[in-house]
Amino acid sequence: MLIEVGHFALALALALSLVQAVMPVWAARSGDQALRAVATPAALGAFACILFSFGALTYAHVMSDFSVLNVIENSHTAKPFLYKISGVWGNHEGSMLLWVLILALFGALVAVSRESVPPTLRANTLAVQGLITFVFVLFIITTSNPFTRVSPAPVEGNDLNPLLQDFGLAVHPPLLYVGYVGFSITFAFAIAALIDGRIDAVWARAVRPWTLIAWSFLTLGIAMGSYWAYYELGWGGWWFWDPVENASLMPWLAGTALLHSTVVMEKRDALKVWTVLLAILTFSLSLLGTFIVRSGVLTSVHTFATDPTRGVFILAILILFIGGSLTLFAWRAPMLRQGGIFAPISREGALVMNNLFLAAGCATVFVGTLYPLLLEMLTAEKISVGPPFFNYTFVPLAIPLLLIVPFGQTLAWKRGDVHAATQRLFAALAAALVVGLAVTALTWGGPMMAPVGIGLSAYLVIGSAMEIVSRARGYGGNRARGAAIWRRAAGLPRSAWGTAMAHAGVGVVVLGIAAQGWATEGLKTLKPGESLASGPYVATLDRVGPRTGENYAETTAFLTIRNAGGDFVGTVETGKRFYPSRKMTVTESGLLTIGASQVYASLGEVLPEGAIGLRLYYKPLVLLIWLGAVVMALGGAISLTDRRMRVGAPARARAKPVPPGMAPAE
Amino acid sequence: MTRKSRRLILIAACGAVLALALGLILSAMSGSIVFFRSPTEVAAQTVAPGTRFRLGGLVKDGSLQRGPDQTVDFAVTDTNATIAVQYRGLLPDLFREGQGVVAEGTLLPGGLFRADTVLAKHDESYMPREVADALKAQGRWQEGKGLVDKPAAAAPEAQTVAGDKTLGQRSER
Repeated sequence: MLIEVGHFALALALALSLVQAVMPVWAARSGDQALRAVATPAALGAFACILFSFGALTYAHVMSDFSVLNVIENSHTAKPFLYKISGVWGNHEGSMLLWVLILALFGALVAVSRESVPPTLRANTLAVQGLITFVFVLFIITTSNPFTRVSPAPVEGNDLNPLLQDFGLAVHPPLLYVGYVGFSITFAFAIAALIDGRIDAVWARAVRPWTLIAWSFLTLGIAMGSYWAYYELGWGGWWFWDPVENASLMPWLAGTALLHSTVVMEKRDALKVWTVLLAILTFSLSLLGTFIVRSGVLTSVHTFATDPTRGVFILAILILFIGGSLTLFAWRAPMLRQGGIFAPISREGALVMNNLFLAAGCATVFVGTLYPLLLEMLTAEKISVGPPFFNYTFVPLAIPLLLIVPFGQTLAWKRGDVHAATQRLFAALAAALVVGLAVTALTWGGPMMAPVGIGLSAYLVIGSAMEIVSRARGYGGNRARGAAIWRRAAGLPRSAWGTAMAHAGVGVVVLGIAAQGWATEGLKTLKPGESLASGPYVATLDRVGPRTGENYAETTAFLTIRNAGGDFVGTVETGKRFYPSRKMTVTESGLLTIGASQVYASLGEVLPEGAIGLRLYYKPLVLLIWLGAVVMALGGAISLTDRRMRVGAPARARAKPVPPGMAPAE
Repeated sequence: MTRKSRRLILIAACGAVLALALGLILSAMSGSIVFFRSPTEVAAQTVAPGTRFRLGGLVKDGSLQRGPDQTVDFAVTDTNATIAVQYRGLLPDLFREGQGVVAEGTLLPGGLFRADTVLAKHDESYMPREVADALKAQGRWQEGKGLVDKPAAAAPEAQTVAGDKTLGQRSER
């Protein structure tokens, strides 16, 4: 019964989102204020309905209701509780439902947020958001209904793919979706501004918190996905430049550019048309990512074959929103009042360079991801564009971008002074040079690029810290001393802290990546008692034995890790897990964390005589790659608490309470 | 600085970065993309030794041999031609004889394919797309049914694939 009600609630949400989409537009034509106000309750109602519907599906999963096809296909009574819940979004139908749930959540947040957004802008934004919700709910109902019943119900389900039965994959999709879908709000704002034909600093201020939320979550989501791929797939790599990963990286790059261009727009009333275009592109790339992952066009033979309607439907959505919005942009953008042109050497100049490099980097990822598909369609020639392509194209664009970062922070608005900025960055530049040279000297004969990366990371971290220090200390005759420095530092705007933190986070990520230049790998067939060395650590195989988990049986290799001096460091267990419900074997890698570094063991073939194949990696400072991303997201969260974000735009002093979804992620 | 010269600098900067990106893409296209080849194409000697490419097909039944020090030898076939492959490393969990596989590496002058990467999807019903297309060309793969004369080995059922869509290609590794 609950399932049918959940299905019905989804249909109701379809109707409500249509109301939300149509009424404000109708109101604008007829001038009826009451009609326009309908958008707010409609948005709240749509969210409530989808939330109920999602709850019904979750209940079916938790209760193992095998009369529901979606539960049969993805659940099993023996599955641990956490994965019964995460199984809801561990499949196509459920994850699309989560997608629209977050979409409707953002719609509801805009509806209730008390930001001083002009009423027309808010109504139009809600209308666009309603249209997106409508189309995606229609997609679920017509092609991906999670509430399909089966009669008679089987006694047992097929279980969730064992690779997805993992904590990382339980939290990765929700984080990523909040990021992806969060950009729908900036998109809706951009379309609303185009419909209105008016865009100004108020618009930029209204968009900024949403951009920050989406960006912070997307950063966390990508990092989580990367960490999952690292430990679960047993390859020891943290980024594979795979289409599914690129699909999330592209909106992140565009979103990062958007985050920076809205600052320019807010402060200097410039880059308006470009910002609107970026807002459209960022969400378009999110949609493209959804298309790539959901349609399976790049990944699997089956998806189109078994259900071509899904792929075609998503493609139609893609054409509707991307084509429609770009057409609207081409038509209306010339009517927007152009912003000012500014000096190249200034903070806004540096932010333009940031946007240029990010956009160019995004373009190279785009080409590398979609070119194989295009080529195959045109010539039937199959190619694979792998890491070499992206390393060759993306990295050279990323390095100048990173070099600009501390400069951009240091330069003044309107008219900057390179000489003064260099002086203020002297400590960072000197430290980077010293660190880079020292590391080069110490590791002579090793990898060439890694010391460069370490220097770059020192430059980023120290440069970001220097920005806070010099602002707290003040300049020239206005220098503070002693405790006054701390008071001033505490008094700095939160956005300054957030910026510095996010940029330092980038430096931490760069350090983690650069340190992988010294990662080592060992491969050997081991009998009990034998050892394999990798980097400064040696693993000894103690024994191989069976053990059982809640829903699997495992053959485990127990290893002892010692350092080069023979001292005990820790133990690692790596195994092959057999899941009887799916008759599937999954390798579970073993990790030993030493500071920020890890020893990574992955079990290969278990031979009859008790010997095993073992791959042992030493990954120096590898955790910094993901911790850096967390620092970046934290920076975003701190910026979000800035007074500017909370206080209404034109001198309305009433502080706005932070809506639930705007609370920092951590 | 006049308005005009500021605008010029902006346009020049845009042009320079875009030209850089385009240049990088074009030069990378010529050097770092990898083509997919079927055993038939390799056997017809259309691939020069030393070229990096992806070889896709089925692991020939009974061809898997484990050598010392984690070396494995197996053969990849599309039923028309068969290529011997050598690989050192851990094979993916779903690597099995009679199943689809994609190996990336180079062809040695003697005709042996030395692979440094072996991909097999984590899901038992998965067939790498290139392999399926190559087999389709041989008439051994039918849409929605999988391997025509091997129903027990690889019969993709729509339902078991559901989970892997969330994962995409990354999980090949």
